[in-house]
Amino acid sequence: MSRRDRLSGNEAVANAIRQINPDVIAAFPITPSTEIPQYVSLFKAEGKIDTEFVTVESEHSAISATAGAEAAGVRAMTATSSAGFALMHEMLYVVASDRLPVVMAVVNRALTGPININNDHSDSMGSRDCGWMQLYSENAQEAYDNMLMAHRIAEDPEVLLPIMICQDGFITSHAVENIVLEDDETAKAFVGEYKPEHFLLNPGKPVAYGPYGVSPYYMELKRTQTEAMNHAAAVIQKVSKAYGDLTGRYYDLIERYRMDDAELACVCIGSSAGTGKAAVDVLREQGIKAGLVKIRAFRPFPGDEIADALKHVEAVAIMDKTDSFSGNGGPLGAEVRSALYQHKCKAETINYVYGLGGRDVRVEDFYQIFRQLEDIADGEEAPAWRYIGVRER
Amino acid sequence: MSNTIEIRWHGRGGQGAKTASLLLADVAFTQGMYVQGFPEYGPERMGAPITAYNRLSHTPLRIHSNIYTPDIVVVVDETLIGPVDVTAGLKEGGALIVNSRRAPEEVRAEFPGYTGRLYIIDAKSVSLRNIGRNMPNTPLLSTVVKVSGIMEAEAFFENMRGSFAHKFASKPEVLEGNMKAIREAWEEVVTA
Amino acid sequence: MKENLMKHISEKSPWQDMTPGGIVLGGGNSVDVRTGDWRTVSPKFHADKCRQCLLCFPVCPDSSIPVVDGKRLDFDYDHCKGCGICAAVCPFGAITFGEEEQA
Repeated sequence: MSRRDRLSGNEAVANAIRQINPDVIAAFPITPSTEIPQYVSLFKAEGKIDTEFVTVESEHSAISATAGAEAAGVRAMTATSSAGFALMHEMLYVVASDRLPVVMAVVNRALTGPININNDHSDSMGSRDCGWMQLYSENAQEAYDNMLMAHRIAEDPEVLLPIMICQDGFITSHAVENIVLEDDETAKAFVGEYKPEHFLLNPGKPVAYGPYGVSPYYMELKRTQTEAMNHAAAVIQKVSKAYGDLTGRYYDLIERYRMDDAELACVCIGSSAGTGKAAVDVLREQGIKAGLVKIRAFRPFPGDEIADALKHVEAVAIMDKTDSFSGNGGPLGAEVRSALYQHKCKAETINYVYGLGGRDVRVEDFYQIFRQLEDIADGEEAPAWRYIGVRER
Repeated sequence: MSNTIEIRWHGRGGQGAKTASLLLADVAFTQGMYVQGFPEYGPERMGAPITAYNRLSHTPLRIHSNIYTPDIVVVVDETLIGPVDVTAGLKEGGALIVNSRRAPEEVRAEFPGYTGRLYIIDAKSVSLRNIGRNMPNTPLLSTVVKVSGIMEAEAFFENMRGSFAHKFASKPEVLEGNMKAIREAWEEVVTA
Repeated sequence: MKENLMKHISEKSPWQDMTPGGIVLGGGNSVDVRTGDWRTVSPKFHADKCRQCLLCFPVCPDSSIPVVDGKRLDFDYDHCKGCGICAAVCPFGAITFGEEEQA
């Protein structure tokens, strides 16, 4: 039996971790993800989990200990944000190239500077090419659901890649909302036992992890990594379907909101999608054919699905909660445009950089964006990318 | 969206405005409502002005922004009136609740342009009298529930008895004081 | 000698043949790499002068001095890289070292 509750996003993720009962958690506190290991250590103290909780001295150590435990043959997890995430950067690549199905809770926070504790996506987007899968969550419910699906996706023999389950710092991590929790037995049965084929503490079948990759092998090994990511999309869909059949909450790589006949659309990630949907509903009442595409999986990047969702759209706003400082907009803008070009989509595009460092994103911001899209659809020239929500002279 | 009640709390770091917003979310949740309770976070210090929010609705909540046009504003600390524009965006027909021991007309005079509903509750005295400490949250919660109309009095008291019994399981002597505080606050709130 | 589980993988192998993460199956298979080929200068063991003090065996960086039943045997030239440390520590002149000693 599922249970209705009201929890913050961090509480939701911590409860998923309690149900998963991983063998090892190594974590270092950093706002706004601190509560996750804090709740987990409380569960440990209360005897609700038998996880080995490793208190480390930095995030570099947190991810290293997590990787070591996973290679040894057990489920290992960690959680982080912002600067802590950045301190893991080097090891993120190692975990991915070692093909260790580590699951990490990421609570997105701006990566300095200037120093800031509030939400944007500059931390995880900064490591978008490290070889991890990334699922983003709109609210506490999705953060919980994504976390319960994470191990089955990551540990699938066709994938064997680490995964980040991301949610927006404070906006969902510290906001109490309604949520449906699965009962412990159902959750545990869905997640299942971890049965790795290869692992270090296996005397009958020894292996060595992390060999030096000399040039004659390095590129072939990277090719296997990208092949695993190629398989990941189908596995995410398969696991999400099984989860939907179990819980009634279905997910895909992207969510299409009122896109069937949409002429104008927004593409965005995370908590702003809900705000955008509310705007779409109001605009629809006014006769404007607005729609929204929410990116759930950013890695693997669902280019085909995005292009399919946008194939009949006249103008689309691609929204980045981080700036690439490329002089060309943000990463989502670049990748969505690439997908549209590849699929010969004719939609006009504009890339918005928004919501940096906790700048609030309002329904009114979406109205403004859709107004601009109407103008673009009517043939008005618009810049390739711009900021929204910034004070301008 | 018209069935959504939006509430904004103004307090100072350490006074429990965030906790109050979470308590209110809890109460509304038990009524089967969809709820959001969240503070506006920053590097807060004790005493610095802070804001917390609630959305309460009978339909699922999706908007994840702060609240700019609240139905109800709660001023936990009246010294914020002036330094903070507490009535900013307050809806026509909305309500302003101020924690104050001053006379209603005196508080009303603080808001020269404001013609809407104003409720005064001396939450400090109520809590000192019944709980023995300045814990304005509990009486203010009672006032907000009454003003918002999300619950009837007896149902609310019954509900709070349950959650206090759980919260104060190890010190039952505190329970009755808190119960008295919410009942008194329900009765003592005055309209200015 | 145990089976080499990696022998099907070489510098000519396509990416499809790589192990996940490049893990080395079987483990302990550095013995399969004939580092002795790298040697340009060789040690030579003179059994008649050896007192079996075993000072040489622990200093060998390549485990190329086999010890059986407490007695050292001749060098493992498949893996000896020719560093000469063993010759330097031998108190009895039982190990000579030089190009002329090439095994």
